[in-house]
Amino acid sequence: MIHFVVHDEEDSVGVVVVEGVKAGDTLTGWIMDQDKEITFKAASNIPIGHKLAIKALAKDATVIKYGTDIGRVVAAIGVGEHAHVHNIKTKRW
Amino acid sequence: MDLSKSTFWGFKRENGRIGVRNHVIILPVDDLSNAAAEAVANNIKGTLALPHPYGRLQFGADLDLHFRTLIGTGANPNVAAVVVICIEEGWAKKVADGIAATGKPVAYFGIEQHGDHDTIMRASKKAKEFVQWASELRREERPLKDLWVSTKCGESDTTSGCGANPTVGNAFDKLYPHGTTLVFGETTELTGGEHLVAARCRTDEVRKKFQFMFDRYQALIERHKTSDLSDSQPTKGNIEGGLTTIEEKALGNIQKIGRECLIDGVIDKGEVPTGPGLWFMDSSSAAAEMVTLCAASGYVVHFFPTGQGNVIGNPILPVIKLCANPRTVRTMSEHIDVDVSGLLRKEMSPDQAGDALLECMFRTANGRLTAAEALGHREFVLTRLFESA
Repeated sequence: MIHFVVHDEEDSVGVVVVEGVKAGDTLTGWIMDQDKEITFKAASNIPIGHKLAIKALAKDATVIKYGTDIGRVVAAIGVGEHAHVHNIKTKRW
Repeated sequence: MDLSKSTFWGFKRENGRIGVRNHVIILPVDDLSNAAAEAVANNIKGTLALPHPYGRLQFGADLDLHFRTLIGTGANPNVAAVVVICIEEGWAKKVADGIAATGKPVAYFGIEQHGDHDTIMRASKKAKEFVQWASELRREERPLKDLWVSTKCGESDTTSGCGANPTVGNAFDKLYPHGTTLVFGETTELTGGEHLVAARCRTDEVRKKFQFMFDRYQALIERHKTSDLSDSQPTKGNIEGGLTTIEEKALGNIQKIGRECLIDGVIDKGEVPTGPGLWFMDSSSAAAEMVTLCAASGYVVHFFPTGQGNVIGNPILPVIKLCANPRTVRTMSEHIDVDVSGLLRKEMSPDQAGDALLECMFRTANGRLTAAEALGHREFVLTRLFESA
């Protein structure tokens, strides 16, 4: 069963695609571009559609998704943690 | 899906364009004419009024866009005939003349010197004549190249970028080699992925035109913004769905243009493409505004991927909704025409998802009502560029 998907293996985040993910759950991820499976442990409760970090991200690091820059880290994010507006901001506007 | 011999059944209009619907519309030029237009549509069954709040004291480029959108809507091949109503007869004639260039039946009425009662009576007589005439028109079998397909997504979430939008991209890549006319837009929603769009332009000239329109919209945002737009773009719904930044939203958005087709040309809002291929239209990213502009540009079928569940439709352009978010498909199933949530469970391949959308496209083009049509979603929203005089 796929719990989260990752666009590209270089990405720093994946997208949870099932409902009810809780901290401590073991999650299977599918890296779509390379068609590989990976396993991670969720460190937060993560709603469907929201992201989990699959790499540790320090403050001011660039977040990569689709192999491309999607913004900067404003509060450090640990592996398996919920990555969203509370710890990532746009670099534009 | 092998599309080389694919056909659909449409209505051939006087100018050679092919429609997939056969509407007789009652088109008000301004807000004051909505009441008469709605009364005519109430009198004459099978006609459709398109009320809207604008058309008074607009000027310059904003007025040009107003006329272009109204004339384009009437000229759209999904429309068989048009009754135009305006408070001032002169502008009713201007819109009617623009539509009449297609050769389709058009009549126009001014309210001043007549009042609503007399206008409604005269316009109703004409509308009855048009709708009875249109009801005898028949569909004919047409090659796929005659189909114009637009796309714009809405209430996107992260599943849009992994599922529904790449499904549109897969379908566009399959439609493109067959001479169809395609369009995408949503200028600000390319922010962070504009370099990828620029790289897909067929020529330097197209790239330059795209960059000009992209930069023009960025300047507008810079001029008026009071924040980093983190409550507007991405929207509250996008953020609820897990999208964090405009860059992330944009990279998901541009999955809709597939991996192979090239951008052959660029048009301004509501302009009509001059040949087949994939077009970029400078446009708002607000769903009803963009879809209204697609209709004004002459598109006859629309692909609308959603994540959190945008419920939009359009009066004359059938809007096909597809969704990859299993929660939305479960909780809002009446709005979803194509469920591609299997993509995210690896139960459906991108190729199968694209084929499912194309199958729905052919059925819709042949006459099947979309969910939005059955539910009565007829959002007709004119884009404004600036204040009235």
